[in-house]
Amino acid sequence: MLDVSSQAGSSLPAPLLSAVSISKRYGDFLANDGIDLDLFPAEIHALLGENGAGKSTLVKVMYGLIQPSGGELRWKGQKVVLSGPSEARALGIGMVFQHFSLFENLTVAENVALGLPPTESFAAISARLAETARLYGLPLDPKREVWRLSVGERQRIEIVRALMQNPKLLILDEPTAVLTPQEADQLFIVLERLKNEGRAILYISHKLEEVKRLCDTATILRLGKKVATCNPRQETAASLARMMVGAEIGEVKVPAARTAAAPRLLIHKLTLEPDDPHGTRLKDITLEVCGGEIVGVAGVAGNGQDELFAALSGERHAASAGAIVIDGRAAGHLNVNDRRRMGAAFVPEERLGHGTAPRMKLSENALLTGHAASGMVKGGFISKIAMLAHVDRTTKSFDVRKAKRDPEAVSLSGGNLQKFVVGREILRDPGILVVSQPTWGVDAGAAAVIRQALVDLAGRGSAVLVISQDLDELTEIADRIAVMFHGKLSPPLEAAQATRERLGLLMGGADPAAREDEEEAKHAVGA
Amino acid sequence: MQLVLERRPERSAVIAIASPLIAVALTIVTFAALFAIMGKDPLVAIYVYFIEPLTDPFTLQEIAVKATPLVMIAVGLALCYIANIWNIGAEGQFIVGAVCGSWLAVRTNGTDVGHWVLPAMLVLGALGGALYALIPAICRVYFGASEILTSLMLVYVANYGMDYLVRGPWRDPQGLNFPTTAAFDPAASIPTLFEGGRMHVGSIITLIVVMLATVLLGRTIRGFEIRVVGAAPRAARFSGFNADRLVLLTFAISGALAGLAGIIEVAGPIGHLDPGVSSNLGFTAIIVAFLGRLNPGGILIAGLFLALTFIGGEGAQISLKVPLDVTKVFQGILLFYVLACDSLIVYRIRLLRSVRKVAHAAS
Amino acid sequence: MPLLEHFDLIEAIILSVIAASTPLLLAASGELVVERSGVLNLGVEGMMIMGAACGFAGAYMSGSTLVGALCGILAGAGMAAIFGILTLGLAVNQVATGLALTILGVGLSGLIGASFVGTKIVPAAQLHLPYLTDIPFIGRILFGEDAFVYFSVALVIAIWMFLYRSRAGLVLRAVGDNHASAHALGYPVLRIRMLAVLFGGACAGLGGAFLPLAYTPFFIPGMTAGRGWIALALVVFSSWRPGRLVAGAYLFGAVSILQLHTQAFGLGIPSQLMSSLPYLATVIVLVLISRTRGTAGSAAPASLGQVFVPDR
Repeated sequence: MLDVSSQAGSSLPAPLLSAVSISKRYGDFLANDGIDLDLFPAEIHALLGENGAGKSTLVKVMYGLIQPSGGELRWKGQKVVLSGPSEARALGIGMVFQHFSLFENLTVAENVALGLPPTESFAAISARLAETARLYGLPLDPKREVWRLSVGERQRIEIVRALMQNPKLLILDEPTAVLTPQEADQLFIVLERLKNEGRAILYISHKLEEVKRLCDTATILRLGKKVATCNPRQETAASLARMMVGAEIGEVKVPAARTAAAPRLLIHKLTLEPDDPHGTRLKDITLEVCGGEIVGVAGVAGNGQDELFAALSGERHAASAGAIVIDGRAAGHLNVNDRRRMGAAFVPEERLGHGTAPRMKLSENALLTGHAASGMVKGGFISKIAMLAHVDRTTKSFDVRKAKRDPEAVSLSGGNLQKFVVGREILRDPGILVVSQPTWGVDAGAAAVIRQALVDLAGRGSAVLVISQDLDELTEIADRIAVMFHGKLSPPLEAAQATRERLGLLMGGADPAAREDEEEAKHAVGA
Repeated sequence: MQLVLERRPERSAVIAIASPLIAVALTIVTFAALFAIMGKDPLVAIYVYFIEPLTDPFTLQEIAVKATPLVMIAVGLALCYIANIWNIGAEGQFIVGAVCGSWLAVRTNGTDVGHWVLPAMLVLGALGGALYALIPAICRVYFGASEILTSLMLVYVANYGMDYLVRGPWRDPQGLNFPTTAAFDPAASIPTLFEGGRMHVGSIITLIVVMLATVLLGRTIRGFEIRVVGAAPRAARFSGFNADRLVLLTFAISGALAGLAGIIEVAGPIGHLDPGVSSNLGFTAIIVAFLGRLNPGGILIAGLFLALTFIGGEGAQISLKVPLDVTKVFQGILLFYVLACDSLIVYRIRLLRSVRKVAHAAS
Repeated sequence: MPLLEHFDLIEAIILSVIAASTPLLLAASGELVVERSGVLNLGVEGMMIMGAACGFAGAYMSGSTLVGALCGILAGAGMAAIFGILTLGLAVNQVATGLALTILGVGLSGLIGASFVGTKIVPAAQLHLPYLTDIPFIGRILFGEDAFVYFSVALVIAIWMFLYRSRAGLVLRAVGDNHASAHALGYPVLRIRMLAVLFGGACAGLGGAFLPLAYTPFFIPGMTAGRGWIALALVVFSSWRPGRLVAGAYLFGAVSILQLHTQAFGLGIPSQLMSSLPYLATVIVLVLISRTRGTAGSAAPASLGQVFVPDR
């Protein structure tokens, strides 16, 4: 493994911030194990690793949120102990979290003020906020309440708030996870500008193409340890992936030609008011999923995916019974368990709290979705034997790693719990499966297992609908992809036509057809 | 140095069993200290409160008599509390049940009616309690109003309502103007079980309720529904359970049990209806429910224990000149210790070496 | 002259409304701050009655209303401290702990107050400004009240300014909105909540102390009669806004003393019905308020009642 940390484009010999042999232990679990990392000014440094590798932990140590169990931090060569984020900020470290630290019912200005020291007056902060936002091309209205803003706009608040403290080092944790490709491009322009201003940037990601495009140096973590530091532009995506994961990840085997049968799931002009004031209204959604195919629904979070899932699963009833048709029967007014009895299965986005009851055992969580149609309930009485048998079967078929036979759901790691949740449904051999964010926060090994399971299920003739923010995932397994934006669903594109650019435009609300006409017109004139 | 809470990876089974025992022990120690401060001999006090009532068969029966309504009400409350549905108005449901059942007794008082009266009274009591409990349930389900506040407000209303009835239309004409109904006829009274004691059929009914509740919670799908709605409401919805319907159901069941307890108390040990009928049983039952860890078997033991302290308190009032309020304080402190110890089932306490500074202290 | 008689009557009614509303306003103001920080303390009734018992004891033994008021405040804050240790320190369920606090408070106050039943103290002094207090009709209402009343108004104003015009108030509102975010930004969520809880306890204790110190100059066990619960309902009714809280407190105060005045009018309505009016009114108000909010969503602080255990 090459170690080229000193080759990055920096003119200063001393690093700005160094992590020296940082370790962090949680009980038996070692989240970080002796990690060394140097960050230089005017450099974008990537921190790569798959979910669970320890990136977030390391970065929280750097920001003073967590105390390391071992090792130390050095700022400009001097040892520092950060006992809180305010000390980190005082040094000049700014951070944009993956999960925003925002207050929905407060205004943009109030949110920014809370992230800044109390030395400035509120009026001064508001003015400076508008100015900084304008300067970096990230427009914000100080008086708007945060709950009205889109995810991309909320991220702007986080970034502007960090920039207003004039950070020498800016840390960003998976910033493009919630952005459309076009919004991500905008962000990269801002980051390049910050780099040219002489700031150091630490960019956490698991998206390899992005890192190759944007970053000067990359440090790769695996299972809590640093594996390598390299120049991503000199590596291929495959070599980076190999370092991240440590082995070749089997590619998902997708059958070459899929023979689509009759439509098994029909969504017909589905319109639904949100039951949450901050929710999204669904408008006239129409889609059909045939047996044997996987249809993807792409889109940035917050565009109605939750509402769509609720309407499909039966947690919310549609206005008309015919809005949702399962295997030829109108199901819009049926509840979840009736739909399960018809052979439908569902996997929600949130595995803890929605897909499972976190503090209940796996066997009880098997009963959660199984009591309607899986032979676990006889005459009102529950059968522990049947529940445990189901858990054993799921564990075996999906390689769920756990500490004992029937632990609490919360004690499983993200990847293993997701395998359980997906496996629990697939083992019922459903004719229709609706799954939302199947591999969010899941390690690459488990993700591959899950994706293969979805493909195999479709191969057996079931109709599979996958709602996902991950474009790579959808392009890998979906036959057709539609995009959700502001509660509306675009007409689905065939896999071949579903390029990142077209999908990105749809995710941002633009109409690719109009864009194409524009392109053609340009060609006609410019040629 | 700082003490912090840390979530355990799994609930500790050891502490789950030990916690109520530790809590009781801590309370007794606290009490011994309090008695010492009050100038009474702590060991004598502990004997009078906890041991003496167990020595006499009559007081043993009294413990059963006192525990019967406590356990019955608490089992109903447990069904609600497990599902995070907070019925605080059991006291009011108890009173309304007593009133509804008593109506029949008062109506037929002095006339020569058959033995159908008593079962009918019990049914009326349960029904009355259930309907009264449905009021806060409906307020929550259809209007989103907090059931904690509405169920509690209705306690005061029920109290005033009963007060009006026993001072007015239902007052015993031969009662020398005391606010009470006439004593119930034998046909309208609950039979006792043993000679020389007050333990009555109600205790058997309570035991049956405990057994049914145990089966319901542990082995039926309905019991699973109650547990999931309380543990993870979104997952419960995903499982197809209707939380609104559950609110109505659990309120109705707990109201019925409270109302049944009410009419049993009135038709049994008390023998007539007067304003002092409830003596805060509905609130004490809340303590019993928590002390019993919301588990019917545990509630049975907790109810017996608390009844023991009531009887002990009455004894202490006579022999030690200690006011009855001390028992209430004991129960309150016990509840606090139970809640505190219960927290250790889910969390553990750790000592942290470094201290986190307040935000913006440096800048 | 009949007209002047009417004025006297109306003045008397208004004075009694103010007196009845003051304990509600004091207790509810404190609870509003507590809930704004994200904590639900159902133990207001327990804290109030302890404030009443200790307040009376303090005033009786020292002969001073001020000492009595301070005792009431300390009693309320002390009870609140127990609540805080359990819910914030040990992450215990807030509903259960609040109920326990009420049960303990009622029992303990009975114990403390038992030796004082039947005794009387000098009630709190009322303001008397030459000329101003003697103005007919409004004189006594504006310038003839006792210190508790003036304090309660000042308290609400101070709370409003704190919440909306100060940095600390902004931080408190943020903690109530999203404790995870507040923690991530480095704010000491548990400490802020503890301070709010103690403040709420102090206010409830003071509100309870008002009853035996100014309202009726003696102590009866259970004299709060559910006012603590009504105060909780008031906070909901006010949509967690201080301005509306004042309106609600005076409204409820009016309803609660209605029964006294209707009996004076001799309308033949059973006294028990009138006595139960404030409680029925609370239920009705809660239903109406929650219904009109409906799809507009709850105005409650988003993290209200949720347990927070910071990770390190």
